[in-house]
Amino acid sequence: MVTSIIILSIIGLVSATLLYVISRKFHVEEDSRIDEIESILPGANCGGCGFAGCRNFAEQCVKATSLDNLLCPVGGNAVMQKIAPILGMQAVEQAPRIAVVRCNGSCENRPQTSHYEGAHSCAVVAALYSGESNCNYGCLGEGDCAAACDFGGITMDPITRLPYVDPNICIACGSCVKACPRNIIELRKRQEPRVFVACNNRDKGIIARKVCSIACIGCGKCAKSCPNGAITITDNLAYIDDSLCLSCQACVAGCPTHAIHVVNESAKENISINEKESAIC
Amino acid sequence: MLKTFRIGGIHPNEHKLTAHCPVTPVAIPKQVSIMLNQHIGAPANCIVKKGDTVKVGTLIAEASGFVSANIHSPVSGTVSKVDKTANAFGLYATTIVIDTEGDEWEETIDRSPELKEEITLSPQEIIQKIAQAGIVGLGGATFPTHVKLTPPKEFKPTVLIVNATECEPYLTDDHALMLESPDQILVGCRILMKAIGVEQTYIGIENNKPDAIALLEQHAARYLGITIVPLRTRYPQGGEKQLIDAILHKQVANGALPVSTGAIVQNVGTAFAVYEAIQKNKPLVDRVVTVTGDHIAKPGNYRVRLGMSMRELIDIAGGLPQDCAKVILGGPMMGKAVSNLDSPIGKGCSGILILDEEHAHRGAINPCIRCGKCVEACPMGLEPFLLAKLSENHLYDRAEKELITSCLECGCCAYSCPSNRPILDFIRIGKNAVNRIIRSRKQS
Ligand code: SF4
Ligand code: SF4
Ligand code: SF4
Ligand code: SF4
Repeated sequence: MVTSIIILSIIGLVSATLLYVISRKFHVEEDSRIDEIESILPGANCGGCGFAGCRNFAEQCVKATSLDNLLCPVGGNAVMQKIAPILGMQAVEQAPRIAVVRCNGSCENRPQTSHYEGAHSCAVVAALYSGESNCNYGCLGEGDCAAACDFGGITMDPITRLPYVDPNICIACGSCVKACPRNIIELRKRQEPRVFVACNNRDKGIIARKVCSIACIGCGKCAKSCPNGAITITDNLAYIDDSLCLSCQACVAGCPTHAIHVVNESAKENISINEKESAIC
Repeated sequence: MLKTFRIGGIHPNEHKLTAHCPVTPVAIPKQVSIMLNQHIGAPANCIVKKGDTVKVGTLIAEASGFVSANIHSPVSGTVSKVDKTANAFGLYATTIVIDTEGDEWEETIDRSPELKEEITLSPQEIIQKIAQAGIVGLGGATFPTHVKLTPPKEFKPTVLIVNATECEPYLTDDHALMLESPDQILVGCRILMKAIGVEQTYIGIENNKPDAIALLEQHAARYLGITIVPLRTRYPQGGEKQLIDAILHKQVANGALPVSTGAIVQNVGTAFAVYEAIQKNKPLVDRVVTVTGDHIAKPGNYRVRLGMSMRELIDIAGGLPQDCAKVILGGPMMGKAVSNLDSPIGKGCSGILILDEEHAHRGAINPCIRCGKCVEACPMGLEPFLLAKLSENHLYDRAEKELITSCLECGCCAYSCPSNRPILDFIRIGKNAVNRIIRSRKQS
């Protein structure tokens, strides 16, 4: 009895000393500011900042020499403004952004040419074939983007089978952009209103038009009408640079296929007028 | 006990409806469309333009690298356009469209039916000529044959294995070809043996084709070093690694090339095409295609000019039946469902399978019950349910460790799954992603 107590006490004592020595020897001085910043961050761990979770972002902030390229999209400017004084730096105000779906290929606009019944994943469809329509660039409608959004900001419209981005929720973390195998979703400036080309088809106009009635055919009319040179045509597809776009909408009326969309932040109904009218596939 | 491979595999219903249909030539199509990317590797470069006249066998597109293949005109006529058209899966790619006039062949091509046995070319010349003729693996893989015949220097081929297993259900194009042209195939094998410098060939044929086994055995006696190996019918016996295992009892190490075992595997249809290219100067302009399905009026093995539209061939075989619900390019196991019937038949098209309402659809997907049937069926000894889950959750590091890249996409796992899980669908994207990661790692 007594011996066991003595032996156990000795083991305890030795381990305690060992632990103490080791903890002293290998002590790492952690910057207390990391904890401080982490406590300010929203804790969503969404990866939208480009780093592996909120703590990693906090570490990057502490390491960085300027906050110019660092932004927590969930907390936005408000959080960055709180982080800046901790580090004694300035946080530049960054324009808020939102995810934009660059395809309007609802069943009404592009005929369904096949019926898919494999695994419900856009990545799987993209690896197999063109999808249920003949457009090689358009939305596949299986909702990888919606599944990737941690905030429920994208939902698949059951009627159009296109993703719908809720402007009240989307914080532009970019998860959907990464998830889309067709590279359809883009983060754009939250302008009033947002003007963008709702098409991703890079085939020649004649093919694009054959597969979808509202495809951008790369005719270049919009580019000519833009007073600020915001529109370029690459690979038969028009692209509006949001940093140059004045939201004047001069390009919109001229588009022969109505591929250019105008979305008003304030009037949510505007967003899917075209889409809501389309028939169920 | 007949030989077969050792791990996994399944034996689906064979449905060889067209096993006794001889090879039937069909009329020359009025128009052909030739896609430049119908083989594995870089798409060929088009060397004709609108308005050019061509003959059968005229080179119309040139290989654009070592792993690429020449393409020859399958008809005589005029090039009507060079433009993008949709392939069988709705994907657009550059296509040469030729309007047929008459049937005039290049003068160099010997069209006489006599068998020519004597092989005069040197190994180097043979491989060169195979490359010129645009021959690719005709079993469906469409890998350029000349590349496979020039293995990396460290490997010395010791044996040629000819895949005549035709392990896919429904397909019988190889079977019909063997019954039609046994001697041509055997001379083709002799040519391939000379090209790679080996003295021994094994032709693996599954025992559901006893007539082909008997016929080839009888003819092979005249040729030196060719042995027919009857195999127990089992899918996917035609997989390179499975076939090497079945015949030589050697396993290809993970990540290694099949030639590391000393064996070079070629399809029996390829051997026939090699015969025609070397002995008759005929480039690859036609092939045998099985058109089959339970309700099609005239199923059969048709010899068609490449570039004919699938719809036209189906019409020749009696047209799409009323209850057609799905058309598959290739066999039911590895073939892919087609979304565009107006696309051309390419070099890799071994069959067109038309499924009715009853057989076309997938069952409802249920949760995995961990029954292990997929593990048992996998011929590569993988754990398909795990690989599918890892890919679905983008856990590519782990998927790589679990050897996702050695999946041969045979579909045994999905076939065996009682829960109808889309196992292979997910493995395929995971495999692509891991291959991309490996490539970018190699580059940096
Ligand atoms: S053409 Fe454009 S809008 Fe139409 S489906 Fe394709 S990407 Fe979408
Ligand atoms: S936008 Fe992209 S990810 Fe989203 S449903 Fe369409 S194809 Fe899929
Ligand atoms: S598809 Fe791949 S994982 Fe599935 S059984 Fe075949 S080799 Fe194994
Ligand atoms: S066969 Fe299907 S249910 Fe069985 S373990 Fe594999 S995935 Fe799961």
